[in-house]
Amino acid sequence: MPWGEFKDVAAERRLFQRRTTVMLGVVLFMLGILVARMYQLQIVEHDIYTTLSDKNRVQVQSVAPPRGLVYDRNEELLAENRPVFGVTLVPERVDGMENTLGKLASILSISEEDMERFQRRLREPRRPFQPLPLRYDLNEQEIASLAVHRHELPGVEVSAELVRYYPHSELTAHALGFVGRINRDELQRIDPINYAGTNYIGKSGIERFYEALLHGQVGYQHVETNARGRTLRVLERQNPVPGEDIQLHLDLRLQRLAHELLDGSRGAIVAVEPDTGGLLALASVPGFDANQFVTGISVDNYRALSEDLDKPLFNRALRGQYPPGSTLKPMLAVAALDSGATTRDRTIWDPGYFQLQSGGRRYRDWKRSGHGWVDLTDAVAESCDIYFYEIAVEMGVDTMYEYLAQFGFGEDATLDVSGALSGLLPSRDWKRAVRNEPWYPGDSVNMGIGQGFMLATPLQLATATSLIANRGRWVEPRLLKDIRGDRSAEEFLPPPDHDPLILKNPDDWEFVVDSMAEVMHGTKGTARGAARGAPYRMAGKTGTAQVFSLAEDEEYEEEEVRERLRDHALFVGFAPLDDPQIAVAIIVENGGSGSGTAAPVGRALFDAWLLGFPDEGEALVTGSATEGAH
Amino acid sequence: MLGKALGQPAHHPLSRPRSLWSAFHIDPILLGLLLLLIGGGLFILYSGADRNIEVVKAQGIRMAVALVVMMVFAQLDPAVFRRWAPWLYLAGVAALVAVLLVGVGAKGAQRWLAIPGLPRFQPSELMKLAVPMMTAWYLSRHFLPPRLSRVAVALAIVLVPMAMIIMQPDLGTSLLVGAAGLFVVFFGGMSWRLIGAFVAMVSVAAPLMWFFVMRDYQKQRVLTLLDPQSDPLGAGWNIIQSKTAIGSGGVDGKGWLQGTQSHLEFLPESHTDFIVAVLAEEFGFIGILALLTLYLLIILRCLYISATAQDSFSRLLAGALTMTFFIYIFVNVGMVSGLLPVVGVPLPLISYGGTSGVTLMAAFGVLMSIHTHRRMISA
Repeated sequence: MPWGEFKDVAAERRLFQRRTTVMLGVVLFMLGILVARMYQLQIVEHDIYTTLSDKNRVQVQSVAPPRGLVYDRNEELLAENRPVFGVTLVPERVDGMENTLGKLASILSISEEDMERFQRRLREPRRPFQPLPLRYDLNEQEIASLAVHRHELPGVEVSAELVRYYPHSELTAHALGFVGRINRDELQRIDPINYAGTNYIGKSGIERFYEALLHGQVGYQHVETNARGRTLRVLERQNPVPGEDIQLHLDLRLQRLAHELLDGSRGAIVAVEPDTGGLLALASVPGFDANQFVTGISVDNYRALSEDLDKPLFNRALRGQYPPGSTLKPMLAVAALDSGATTRDRTIWDPGYFQLQSGGRRYRDWKRSGHGWVDLTDAVAESCDIYFYEIAVEMGVDTMYEYLAQFGFGEDATLDVSGALSGLLPSRDWKRAVRNEPWYPGDSVNMGIGQGFMLATPLQLATATSLIANRGRWVEPRLLKDIRGDRSAEEFLPPPDHDPLILKNPDDWEFVVDSMAEVMHGTKGTARGAARGAPYRMAGKTGTAQVFSLAEDEEYEEEEVRERLRDHALFVGFAPLDDPQIAVAIIVENGGSGSGTAAPVGRALFDAWLLGFPDEGEALVTGSATEGAH
Repeated sequence: MLGKALGQPAHHPLSRPRSLWSAFHIDPILLGLLLLLIGGGLFILYSGADRNIEVVKAQGIRMAVALVVMMVFAQLDPAVFRRWAPWLYLAGVAALVAVLLVGVGAKGAQRWLAIPGLPRFQPSELMKLAVPMMTAWYLSRHFLPPRLSRVAVALAIVLVPMAMIIMQPDLGTSLLVGAAGLFVVFFGGMSWRLIGAFVAMVSVAAPLMWFFVMRDYQKQRVLTLLDPQSDPLGAGWNIIQSKTAIGSGGVDGKGWLQGTQSHLEFLPESHTDFIVAVLAEEFGFIGILALLTLYLLIILRCLYISATAQDSFSRLLAGALTMTFFIYIFVNVGMVSGLLPVVGVPLPLISYGGTSGVTLMAAFGVLMSIHTHRRMISA
């Protein structure tokens, strides 16, 4: 050592070796700590961490079942599922949320509602790396421009889902109803497990009534995902059970024809197959495009629809409650005969007006000069009001109520028509309860010609007409014809609950039917013009319902009344007479007279159904051949 | 010099018969253990890097370079290290000053020094060797155990660069540099009473550090360590995921390449700082015991080399380098298993990347040099 200090080499070595021994002890002790720690994690707490690891790795994803398809009676597809593209964002992967949203807004049109909903969901607690939807239903151009800008927009993805699509939406919106996004109330109602992967639910019509049938059973898959939630492989899969495909009695051709016949006006057509109760047409005009409700209609479009004077969203066929007018007369004729209020041969003098007592209020006939002597057949054929005033008073409200209730008035007699209204079948009790007044004989007079308090929907009129066509055999109206697969429609249709209307003299049915045939084919029949030249016999009854009441002797000129205050034109009927294939109820709002406006519509429907649809001569041949095979 | 070394055995009748190994100044036992460790490490890295063979290749090349560096250091006589220790140290301190003034860096830390014409390097890495050398040089100049004043100077030698590295800030490296120097002082014979006083001082300094020195992200790491659940998606994510990886490995693991935590990207940094979690997940407790046993064998060999070294400088340096190696292991495994805060300390010779592998192998080169350059001392 150059600086000359004395160094005890041996002592230094011993010192170092002592310190090394201490350090060795420290090393062993600290390694022991690490081993103990690993023992704790890997052996003692192994199960906890295995669970955590699996939970990390394996996620259960629900697989939404494809919704059942809806066909018409000729296998025409009425409701299908189409892929719809939306844009979603994974916030964890987005590079600057404000910036990204700004860019997206310049590429796509994003409404304020979309943006608001997105921002709200962004603030809500959620799983990391879960995509949040920003907008649905991108068009092809938007998808393309997103693809172009994709590299500038990390975390933005285009996602596809199957969404309901109605290829003939304008025609079928009211008959089928539609699906829409599940809302908060529905969320409380549905089975959260079965709907785990579903975003849509039936909101109205068939879609709502057969929701359980159409929806199917949810499936699951256990997938292995990475930390970003990307699916790497499917470990186990339980396939969803698709919703059942269903077939309706509806005939798209007839439905289309109904829309064409009512085109340009407001009204409803209901056509029933009397034998099955199957609804062949359920048209409410104007219709609307239900497809825009599926993914969520914009506020502007919705306002346009809901504020439209023609009320396209209003389902007139099921929910339009009109005074039935003279179309009620055949049912009242049945009631009068069976209750003994009149006989087939009884004649009444019609001077053009009716009085409860002489000098009292004059109830006018539509024909001011009167029909002269009329019997029941004449009264139906010529739609004589005086005859029905007379027998209405003689029957009284209780009898009329009893019989009309058996025709399905005042109730929703349908099996599976969601949202049908009951109309109003007035009674003493009803008037006491609602109006706090007794029933006056004058009320019966009005009821005798289907005016006054009485209200009925076109569907109810078609049902009652169908009951006459069936000669009292009740067949509740229904839409569901068949279910694809093994199950039968009866399994899902509610049980029928109406007893047949049995008359004391069953031949009275034929008498009333014949009087309805006189309407069409008789020399004085109100609808004889509409039936002219028909190769088959049909039954019918026209009606003209007053939109507003006229004072006793007030004259009015149709032309002077504003269009929307004109009478509603009605027609009910069926054909052919002896083997009814179709029964219809038609209302043309403010259409004027039933014989002039509504009856020709009925004839057109009968012709199409019995003789063939206009544009398809060839298809008709095959169609009838198939029918022969049934 | 090499020629002279080669010629030595034939002309030195008193020496033991020397093998080819010692002719190349290689300790075969240490080399064998290190190769075993590096080979096994590449094997785990393949899995940790999710079968990215490019990563394994790059690491293989780096390790080959490190082996060359080790051999070069092994050829140098310990006297060379002693002679150059002060200059190396001064150069290192100067470089640290330069880093603080003009350094380049990433993620809010300045660690690199870019000198034109030279590859970018981290002066703090150099200090891992220079600080223990300097401390050993200073203490071994005088008799041991050192007097109080010399202990104070030695501590200053250690703490000054350590403080500068903290300021970069690089907590992990400063810890390793400080440990290396302090181990020299410990091996030098710093009295137990002084050690006690020093520990007391540190425990007073710790709260002060917390409030005045530590950066927010460092505090966050400590807080997250104490309660990882408090921020399960942020800072706590790493610890929760690595504990899950380790714990789910169980006794014998999920098998090589079968670790779901690492391969499904739940485990962050799975091929760098957190690679031991990959080992624990895929090879289980048995794998961990095997790894720690291998490390222990290396440490035992190095402590043996230290204890049998011929002079104080060599002993102090060898002992301190050995213990620094152990600190790497303890801190890394401790942090990955959730015992210690997450400071950026790699698993020695296994974690991917960084220059620490080269520095570590240089240290083993120093140890081999100490072991194989023995002077004949007359009995």
